[in-house]
Amino acid sequence: MASLVGSRVERKEDKRFLTGKGRYTADINIANQTYAAFVRSPHARAKIKKIDTSKALKASGVVDILTGEHIAKDKIGGLIAGWAIRSEDGSEMKCPANPPLAKDNVNFVGDPIAVVFAETLDEAKAAATLVNVEYKVLKAVTSLSDTMKSEAIHEGIDKNLCYDWLLGDRQKVKEAFDKADKIIKLDITNNRLIPNAMEPRACVIDYNTASEEITCYTTSQNPHLSRLIMSAFGGVTPENKLRVVAPDVGGGFGSKINLYNEEIVCSWASKKIERPIKWVAERTESFLTDTHGRDHITHAELAVTNDGKFLGFKNETIANLGAYARVFGTVTPTYLFGPCATGVYIMPAAYSNVKAVYTNTAPVDAYRGAGRPEATYTIERIVDKAAIELGIDPIEIRMKNFPTEFPFKQTLVHQVDSGDYVAGLNKAKEMADYDGFADRKKESESKGKLRGIGVTTYFEACGIAPSPVVMMLGCGVGLWESAEVRFNPTGQVTVYTGSHSHGQSHQTTFAQIAADELGVPIENIDIVHGDTDKGTFGMGTYGSRSLAVGGVAIVNACKKIVAKGKKIAAKMLEASVDDVEFKEGEFVVAKSNKKKTIGEVAFASYLPGVRDEVKSPLPEGEEPGLIESSFFDPANFSFPAGSHICEVEIDPDTGEVKLDKYTAVDDFGTIVNPLIVEGQVHGGLAQGIGQALYENAQYDESGQLITASYMDYTMPRADNLPNFDIGYTCTKATTNPLGVKGCGEAGTIAATPTVMNAVINALGGQEISLPATAEKVWKACKEMKKSNSEAA
Amino acid sequence: MKTFNYHLVKDIKEAKKISSAHSTFLAGGMTTIPSMKLGLGTYKDVIDIKGIKKLSGIKSSGKILKIGSTTTHAEVAKSKEVKKSIPSLAALAEGIGDPQVRNRGTIGGSIANNDPAADYPSACIALNASINTSNNRKIDAESFFKGMFETTLKKGEIIESIDFEIPQKSNYQKLPNPASRYAVVGVYVAKYKNGTNVGVTGAKPCVYNDKNLGKALSKSFSSSAIDNVNVSASGMNSDIHASAYYRANMVKVFAKKAVETC
Repeated sequence: MASLVGSRVERKEDKRFLTGKGRYTADINIANQTYAAFVRSPHARAKIKKIDTSKALKASGVVDILTGEHIAKDKIGGLIAGWAIRSEDGSEMKCPANPPLAKDNVNFVGDPIAVVFAETLDEAKAAATLVNVEYKVLKAVTSLSDTMKSEAIHEGIDKNLCYDWLLGDRQKVKEAFDKADKIIKLDITNNRLIPNAMEPRACVIDYNTASEEITCYTTSQNPHLSRLIMSAFGGVTPENKLRVVAPDVGGGFGSKINLYNEEIVCSWASKKIERPIKWVAERTESFLTDTHGRDHITHAELAVTNDGKFLGFKNETIANLGAYARVFGTVTPTYLFGPCATGVYIMPAAYSNVKAVYTNTAPVDAYRGAGRPEATYTIERIVDKAAIELGIDPIEIRMKNFPTEFPFKQTLVHQVDSGDYVAGLNKAKEMADYDGFADRKKESESKGKLRGIGVTTYFEACGIAPSPVVMMLGCGVGLWESAEVRFNPTGQVTVYTGSHSHGQSHQTTFAQIAADELGVPIENIDIVHGDTDKGTFGMGTYGSRSLAVGGVAIVNACKKIVAKGKKIAAKMLEASVDDVEFKEGEFVVAKSNKKKTIGEVAFASYLPGVRDEVKSPLPEGEEPGLIESSFFDPANFSFPAGSHICEVEIDPDTGEVKLDKYTAVDDFGTIVNPLIVEGQVHGGLAQGIGQALYENAQYDESGQLITASYMDYTMPRADNLPNFDIGYTCTKATTNPLGVKGCGEAGTIAATPTVMNAVINALGGQEISLPATAEKVWKACKEMKKSNSEAA
Repeated sequence: MKTFNYHLVKDIKEAKKISSAHSTFLAGGMTTIPSMKLGLGTYKDVIDIKGIKKLSGIKSSGKILKIGSTTTHAEVAKSKEVKKSIPSLAALAEGIGDPQVRNRGTIGGSIANNDPAADYPSACIALNASINTSNNRKIDAESFFKGMFETTLKKGEIIESIDFEIPQKSNYQKLPNPASRYAVVGVYVAKYKNGTNVGVTGAKPCVYNDKNLGKALSKSFSSSAIDNVNVSASGMNSDIHASAYYRANMVKVFAKKAVETC
């Protein structure tokens, strides 16, 4: 049997998803269910003076209305930040309480205040409009740069400052800067994004009055974590009485890592009203209340020599947390951002200083790439600026500063196990026909267009590990992953994983791995995930961790199966265990033709006896059955890296930017399924390009989200994108037996600076802020024309 | 959405009979349905006029192209008659929304709604259109479009057809809003024997006839003819997608593109 790892196996999921047979949370209906509609704050910041539900309670079909008073009375806890960050001065971060329903204060437009349960959705929505809330409206804090000077929005949190964090050595950086020939300076705004999963958030709650169990179907990337938080922090019900199921989930991108108010409220309320509850977010609710991403302002400086060697780097960043600190909200701009801000380069000295602040906007949390896109954008933009100011080719300046020996101790935190950055950049340069750019530029100019080329080289740190280090740095949980492999007596295999697929195609990739390990046809392997009642505790899917952590747990559990199988096969074949070899699904006795298939061994393990004889295939002391589990905690992160090059063509008359060519060369270590990896790269690129050219979440001064629909929030579309040229280099990860590195976020991390570097190249080096929209680019084109004519 | 009575009517008479202060007419429903879903429009009676046969269809007399009000964008885009007589109008229809919108949305609906960023109103202005209504009125386009989402249609009055004067040459060019793909600026240029019209959508609260551009192009039909024409930013829309100043400049840029593509 040929190895499946490395082959373009078509997705097992395709039939279900392409024929409309997916089963999403909103597809689930429970007999006698009620419908929930939330009353939300229309103000960004206000005190709640009074909530009057009397009129709404009398409305048609209303079952009950609950408010923050009820939440407080039942002592239901709120949402939490999952990672404790300490400030440079040693003080602990400051987080406000975030009750599931606001009782006294609201802090962003969309903050939930009350919930109506009614017999029909229309009745719930109609009654919600009758809940009368009296507010005392306060001045909202929305400008990131002014936040620390503004009035504190949470009592006891001075300057709206959650923490003021430092990673690195200020003194060393100062010394490095003192030696520099030149200091390159850059101010950037990393624009706020709204994740926009295709499936809006939803939950369906079923409380069983007899067993007192709550089943919560929800749109989550990590159902076990949701259960843990809801139980341990929410106090909704003990963990053993709570089942969380995340069935098919239509995209998460980080926004569905968090447990949300709606799930806590509906789970608690289902028990209270003794009825099932269904809630599905409307698109506008998703825009307003899903966690947003990015939103930094950064001042960065790079110290260089005249011949382009980097001596030191620093950045001062203000990161917007939004109104409340959420699960990965506090770690995203610190440990996921700071270490990667020095890029792939040898950087003798560096520091990252991040001030995370609260504003009256939706909470900001991990969004595809989480911290690493912001970091990569910072370093890759300033490296390009250095290239421009020093008059060095952007590829040359990068090559000059690459590490060439691995493992490579990166400046701030990471010990990068493997990589070959030179090979990656050379390959990208060749695939992109970098040397032919001048001709293509001329051709564009002959049509009256501008053309630019942009380069990015990145590394990123994903599959966060190991748990003791992660927890030492402040994480509330360990970031291992679990797997359980179960043979049925008749030889098929069910693999339970703690990872969660919401577009990553685990049912295919994981089955490929298990098929190779067990020698069982892929058709006979099923992957089960997303249900706390099935399989062991799992940590879920985010941060490109599923394959490098969850996939390896599957490998390890399979190895345990094989080890046990070997013992059984040896007994059955009357051979010594040491003489039994396992190969392609068969246990073979060395130098003989005696063998048993793994299916036969599985069968024997469940039916350990024979007719007319007392005889067991199980060795002395071995238990029946063939089920094994594994918890894998990697020794380190995985460090994918790559080089991306793109070209843009600009119409100077309108400022419209056309992305013309895009080449991505990535090193993901071993590639299990190239078809699926390509899909991940394509999707990641689209989102990174979206940030560069289109997407921009904007609040007005009063804290109203003015991009709360697809009429105003620009998503990248198929016709905005060229065909991507995808290539790979491969240096295997040394920290896991598969040699794999994460691939889910790479495209998003690399694409934004690649596109912006190309736009800025086309504009003759003029700085332009994210996103490069037509009007901004048009103005820059006019400036360029003006300065060109002045120069002439 | 609040409950309502749905009426599928066979003729204008029946439609008028049901029409009241609490009713709305429904053709493609591309604006009416979403606004009802959002609670912006609530009606007792929704009168579907798509069943009125005489309101649909395309006819050309050589001088005039007549399009029935419930003719869909897809029908206009595909029509041999339109492609032959005013190809730019077929191209405009092909550029509205997406296939679903083009298969449902109607020309009459678009005109009656008078969205400031809709494409068709600029065609009506440039192509000397007359709007024929159930009140036996024949309204010329410039007086028909009164203001933002506002026309001179009276309550209960239904657009029956639109007459477009077939030009010598014409073209429509737009800068689409990257999010909604509505026109940030859309410019329709139509050249006639006795002069050129320039209909502009997206730029102001209501579609308008840019007489300065029209005058310059009437003198000399070439893109350089408008190089020195001033398009003022005053009165132009300004939003997160485009400032008034940018829009004013784009009116000229897209007028030139349209002339060059004629």
